[in-house]
Amino acid sequence: MIKIEHLSTSYSTINGPVHVINDVDFEIYDNEIFGIAGESGCGKTTLLKALYDIVEFPLVVDSGKLVLSGEKDGKGFSYETGSIRKTWWNNISYVPQAAQSVLNPIVPLKKQFLDSIPKADKKKETKEQILKRIADYLKELNLSPDLLNAYPFQLSGGMRQRVIIALATFMSPKVVLADEPTTALDVVVQRGILMMLMRLQKQLRNTMVIVSHDMGVHYQVTDRMGIMYSGSMVELGKTEDIFERPIHPYTEMLVGALPRVGDKSQKTGIPGRPPALTNPPEGCRFAPRCPKATKECKKTVPLFRQVEPGRYAACHLIP
Amino acid sequence: MSEKLLEIKNVSKSFHIGGMLSKKKIDAVNDINLEIEGVKPVILSVVGESGCGKSTLCKMILRLHDFDQGDIRLLGNSYKDHKGYDPFRFRLEVQPIFQNPYESFSMRKTVDTYLFNTALRLKISKNYKEAENLIDEILKSVGMSLEVVRGKYPTQFSGGELQRVSIARALITRPKLIIADEPVAAIDASMKMNIVNLFKELKDKYQVSFIYVTHDLSTAYYVSDYIAALYRGCLIEYGPAKEIMDNPAHPYTQLLMNAVPRVGEKWDKEFTMPDTEDKEYAITYCKFAPRCPYALEECRKRRPDIKCSADGRKTLCFYPLNSEV
Repeated sequence: MIKIEHLSTSYSTINGPVHVINDVDFEIYDNEIFGIAGESGCGKTTLLKALYDIVEFPLVVDSGKLVLSGEKDGKGFSYETGSIRKTWWNNISYVPQAAQSVLNPIVPLKKQFLDSIPKADKKKETKEQILKRIADYLKELNLSPDLLNAYPFQLSGGMRQRVIIALATFMSPKVVLADEPTTALDVVVQRGILMMLMRLQKQLRNTMVIVSHDMGVHYQVTDRMGIMYSGSMVELGKTEDIFERPIHPYTEMLVGALPRVGDKSQKTGIPGRPPALTNPPEGCRFAPRCPKATKECKKTVPLFRQVEPGRYAACHLIP
Repeated sequence: MSEKLLEIKNVSKSFHIGGMLSKKKIDAVNDINLEIEGVKPVILSVVGESGCGKSTLCKMILRLHDFDQGDIRLLGNSYKDHKGYDPFRFRLEVQPIFQNPYESFSMRKTVDTYLFNTALRLKISKNYKEAENLIDEILKSVGMSLEVVRGKYPTQFSGGELQRVSIARALITRPKLIIADEPVAAIDASMKMNIVNLFKELKDKYQVSFIYVTHDLSTAYYVSDYIAALYRGCLIEYGPAKEIMDNPAHPYTQLLMNAVPRVGEKWDKEFTMPDTEDKEYAITYCKFAPRCPYALEECRKRRPDIKCSADGRKTLCFYPLNSEV
């Protein structure tokens, strides 16, 4: 389980700190696929970086913390911000954005796989045994074991993405973070990769966090999802509920604007633009674009609270 | 005018791949026939997976690539007719919009210089004053204004706003045809629909046709009048958008439609992934046969011909799904 407790982060710049994540507080349960949606610049990737503990200058954690806990092979574990690094690959792994370009193009995949295995595990087996295990694992994922001898530049984007996912899940970590796992891929490959992620999650019974701006992807893949807007979580709940009855006006407009196959009725996008994080508006950050905004919305920041069991939102208009 | 706006006739283009001495070639575009009637403005979507030749086709229409075989005619003027080619006139008639608006404008120039350069250098406006009025009018029709745009650099805009400016730039010449290569792929979900709606609006307002290249089938369904699906350089299905997408005839179009992450309908079936390999480009029988769930023996022997049905649909398949076998 990942517990995010009142986390705030900012980027230090010459003109002072830019607050990118503001008081985000929620939990990601075991054995679920959790989705994070939102438009670019809303802090999705920053949140994921904080989850994976890649907090490096200019990113600074201002307050709050993260607790990663769970059980693996009968042993319990618990890590906090600052120590999550120790368990990379083992209990938590990360599929970064534009993952196709993270593999070193001139090192064979075999070596890149071996590099990702922690030293303690390497001592237990011989190199051949590990390679055999990797080959078996690739076969399980419908990938050819011959890939191990290939160089990344020989593979297509979709194939590289699948290799990265195999790499990230090889140690069967309890948490897999995937940042936009299917951008820059076409729909057919996208579906293949998403189905592969879903199958892996069922098999490993672990937690998967998927960040994407494509609401269709969230609907297909995730169990629960959170919607972010301008650095804060604005709504969180079961994916189906969010699509059926969105509570927050932003979510409502986002879901309403989704083009659907089989529906040619007129749809409108959301007017205006997301606020600049360097100079955010006072009060609710969505207020300038919100058709229902009242005076109160423009003054005070709404609290992110439980609206119904298992359903959270941050809006003044919700009773 | 009896001439068609755009006629693409048996156009082929192949690229040389591998080292300098390798004789390997891939057919990026293979014998494509497409037409846009100029009577009424239309939006034609070109869909397909990566590497299917969508962008190559666009570039050929924009004269950024030559083609090996066939001919393209724009308003009756053949692209092969190099003597009669007038780049000025050509640029007035066809204009592009690119995928990433931040890359289509230079970071070191203000955005309005592009607009003024288009208006003045292509001699649409006689002087600066006239150009100002024209640009302001066009910017207003895309939901911006010269006041907002003037003196600003690309980084000062959001992706959606900048894409609006690039649409405005394309409209300055009052083109007959705008080629939009993945115009909403880099735009946020909340802005995407605004841009797509803009295409619909401008189509009627300026009587301009669009070729909308995308792999986002849900917006293609929403916006387009006609759809052309490409696979490995071949046109495999063409026809009115609604009919094709509701009731695809080619197995590949069906596969594409099933792969769209729809809201309201969960995926259930297992799915086989394609293995993109260059040898598929060189297949001499139906190129989709290795992946086709319905492939029969005939499909592995020779290439099918385009079948035209009465309602204007074209399908490149021996056994289209909409006909009774």
